[in-house]
Amino acid sequence: MNRLPLLPRTIRTALPALPTLLALVSSFLLFMLFLGVQGKPSWEACRLVFEGAFGSVFAWENTLQRAAPLMLTALCVALPAHAGLIIIGGEGALVLGALAAAVLPRIVPGLAPLPMLLGMGCVSMLAGGLWIGINGWMRQKRGLNETIGSLLLSYIAIALFNQLVEGPLRDPASLNKPSTPPLAEDYLIGPLSESFQVHWGLVAGVLACVLAHVLVRYSVTGFSLRIVGGNVRTARMVGLPVDRLVLLTCVLGGACAGLAGMFEVSAVQGSANAALIAGYGVSGILVAFAARHNPPGIIVCAILLGGIEASGSLLQRRLGLPDATTLILEGLLFTNLLAWEALWGRIGRWRLYLGERYERRYAMEAQHG
Amino acid sequence: MSTLDRRDFLKLTGLIGLSAALPLSLARAADKPLAVGFIYVGPRDDFGYNQAHAQAAAIIKSLPNVRVIEEENVPETVAVQKTMEAMIRQDGVGLIFPTSFGYFDPHVIRVAKRFPEVRFAHCGGLWQEGVHPGNAGSFFGYIDEGQYLNGVVAGYASKSKKLGFIAAKPVAQVLRNINAFTLGARSVAPDITTTVIFTGDWSLPVKEAEAANSLIDQGCDVLTCHVDGPKVIVETAEKRGVMSCGYHASQAALAPKGYLTGAEWNWETPYRAHVEAAQKGAPMNNFLRGGLKDGFVKTSSYGPLVSDEARARADAIKAQMIAGKLDIFIGPIKDNRGNVVIAAGTAHAQTDVVLEGMNYLVEGVRGQI
Amino acid sequence: MAELDLASFFLALLAGAIRVGTPFIFVSLGECLTEKSGRINLGLEGILITGAMSGYALACLTGSPWSGVFAAGCAGLLLGLLHGIVCSLPRVNDIAFGIALILFGTGLAFFLGKSFIQPQAPMLPAIMLGAWSDDERVRSALSINVLFFIGVALAVVLHWGLRSTRWGLMLRLVGEHAESAHALGYRPVLVRIGATATGGFLAGVGGAYLSLYYPGSWNEGLSSGQGLMAVALVIFARWQPLRCLWAALLFGAAGAIGPALQAVGISAGYYLFSAAPYILTLLVMFVTCRPNRTLNGAPGELSLTR
Repeated sequence: MNRLPLLPRTIRTALPALPTLLALVSSFLLFMLFLGVQGKPSWEACRLVFEGAFGSVFAWENTLQRAAPLMLTALCVALPAHAGLIIIGGEGALVLGALAAAVLPRIVPGLAPLPMLLGMGCVSMLAGGLWIGINGWMRQKRGLNETIGSLLLSYIAIALFNQLVEGPLRDPASLNKPSTPPLAEDYLIGPLSESFQVHWGLVAGVLACVLAHVLVRYSVTGFSLRIVGGNVRTARMVGLPVDRLVLLTCVLGGACAGLAGMFEVSAVQGSANAALIAGYGVSGILVAFAARHNPPGIIVCAILLGGIEASGSLLQRRLGLPDATTLILEGLLFTNLLAWEALWGRIGRWRLYLGERYERRYAMEAQHG
Repeated sequence: MSTLDRRDFLKLTGLIGLSAALPLSLARAADKPLAVGFIYVGPRDDFGYNQAHAQAAAIIKSLPNVRVIEEENVPETVAVQKTMEAMIRQDGVGLIFPTSFGYFDPHVIRVAKRFPEVRFAHCGGLWQEGVHPGNAGSFFGYIDEGQYLNGVVAGYASKSKKLGFIAAKPVAQVLRNINAFTLGARSVAPDITTTVIFTGDWSLPVKEAEAANSLIDQGCDVLTCHVDGPKVIVETAEKRGVMSCGYHASQAALAPKGYLTGAEWNWETPYRAHVEAAQKGAPMNNFLRGGLKDGFVKTSSYGPLVSDEARARADAIKAQMIAGKLDIFIGPIKDNRGNVVIAAGTAHAQTDVVLEGMNYLVEGVRGQI
Repeated sequence: MAELDLASFFLALLAGAIRVGTPFIFVSLGECLTEKSGRINLGLEGILITGAMSGYALACLTGSPWSGVFAAGCAGLLLGLLHGIVCSLPRVNDIAFGIALILFGTGLAFFLGKSFIQPQAPMLPAIMLGAWSDDERVRSALSINVLFFIGVALAVVLHWGLRSTRWGLMLRLVGEHAESAHALGYRPVLVRIGATATGGFLAGVGGAYLSLYYPGSWNEGLSSGQGLMAVALVIFARWQPLRCLWAALLFGAAGAIGPALQAVGISAGYYLFSAAPYILTLLVMFVTCRPNRTLNGAPGELSLTR
């Protein structure tokens, strides 16, 4: 295989990225068209999107900071997706994970920073895992559709979160912004370094994606998952523990979203409050689908989305465009991605065709030579 | 990218970041125009909280030697930290007005620590000496004076002796307004009650309209509110033929018949104070408060349904407030469960910080927190 | 006295259910139609918001609220068409595209709607059914928008249409078993595109109700998730248009009960009150679902139930 001539070889390796590239190009063209029709400076806007997302160290900080929680919430969609489930309730797992992390210091006060942070991470993962786990359980035991179930559970989680934060768990000193008691200075997670202001959630996100990749791609569990996700009947026939596998992906996915909540609390907000409900769960769904539930792809897509969100500020301040401009670009990007991906099947066929042709020719040449 | 590469990359970018940050601290020369940043949590034209700020910002824009940079719809997440940082790095702002309550802790505090040469004048927070950085500060207006006057006018206008108050969340500033409104009304007619409905968030139009209708159905004939955009409430009241008092900005145009008066912000005053101090290089006023007397708040002109008697009484009270001779919270005051919250003989001046931690509803308010 | 209060409380609740529930009727009927054809459109939330904005904008520009309603429907139709066409391509997940559509629709509405936040649009008129009464509360409770009656009529028509007309059967067949429909000479893809576009039209009209009648203004916080809630509502209603109507009123009442209770002095737990419809739907699903069996009435081709 790898003795193929260079050109077809590069084409073959680059092909999987092609729909993404085409989507990028076409969505930016449509974006420019949209702005151009209204007489807005479209080229300048595109340049600013790039500058605001990736144009400087600060832009990178901004982008990566926003991408960090998206990687984790995207895994909440991607992992269950490998078992054939579509979970869209990551937001609920995130807020509950955040809440669990924020109240832990109140329940077990006086721990040293490291154990406390580890503990906070654990309880947040537990809370998130449990919440999405309920989805998996309800589906396997009662046949309750997981997509709608997770949507409903997410709404319920947010209501529960609000009720608790403004009721029994509220810090009476949080006068005008109902919050849980603030975390002690020791329990706050700082930036990676003073000169690079991105919090450790990014490391956690990347690590989680790498681990998820190993799990899905290289482990026996991952192989079993692929069978379950492909055809449940076959999986049952070969005796795979389908229920347990489905539950596992749900719990792991939920744990990732919960962990995102913990980082939002300990690295950004300092306490649990309504500002945590910022739509990270929904963005995570888009990231996961854009990455085709492929963990390394999630890293890239999360950075892309984080970059677009980061650039909104510059578009507002330089061109006076509304903040919704980034929403439009995101919407275009994802609709285009899904549309281009549909052509992937056809491109796949060309790939096979190309490969066969060159292999045949190579074999013929070898014979002659 | 391997982890090793990543670490090197981080180091490298960190260095670049450091060098990029350096010239900034030396950048501001005396004769250069002062760049001022305004950050809003919602849209600038919401007929309410954000509009009141944006209107004052427009006045600041017309001052000599001032450049205004604005950004709207910035959520209280890492996004606002990055927006502040971007304004500093990319626009060279020397003074930032983050205008939402939720921006203060931890976002403003955190960014202020990193940029000691920039001033952060936050609206609504409670800046504390020794706890919060010296280049940050908070300003706010005693708008409860306006709500007290609303109450006085409403007390005269109401026939059913039932008033309605639609509030977002039971937080201290909101409670203070509800109480001042009720005390004002009861100073006219001691048997008046105010029914309060909490909607749960700062901007929920359908809930707000529903709350207005419910209150009117229960016989309330004057409504006022503390939500981000009072538009829907004032319009619903007008549609149902009851009276309303405005909040944040003037909504007189929305209800030409039933609009009585309104408690409005006049942010121009504190804005000017901060801008002038920054231009002169005078020390930052970290804790700036003011009411009618100081021109921080104002009242809408009276609507057609306000009787002469009510006008005379309200104007007299207003004159006393402007002269600094009238305190709203004078003991004995009971809460609506019958506990004495301000003892007889105690009078809290408006400037008393105790009032900023209000956590009760006074007698005459129907509702729980 | 207490009795009277109770009566007026329930009257107010009913009025609230109709006011809050009307957009649910339209969005859920739209979603019901879409799902009956075997597709799910989560993007109705984005369509609703686009509808609300374009309806308000056109009403502002032309001075006629009904042209606004029509424009809202057309905007919804276009977005629905987009969903229908893209999801007809192979390997496109309708749930994922729906979520992308939420983003796109919301962005479009917020971007183009900026300049329409401040102007005042003419509102849709209400029918004064309570003109006979002296009580202002009764009159207000019974001033009901025409769109509500259109919604009720539509639910009845759809109920009858899906059950006993040719196109209704075809739609259900496509949703139930696309291959058989294909074998009978129908083109499932076209049917689905049509159903999704029509669903989009209805969701757009639901949005116009929000901006042109109740609460009756255009701003960025107008929708509080009615579009997404409609998806749950359709399941709650077991894919039956008439039940969608009742469910919409029930969901509307759930939205109205929090303020109504607070108005009579019961104000604890208002967040949980607003989550009541979700809890209810989840409970109903949990009780009625059985493993190895699809939901009663669920279209067989629906990705949700496979």
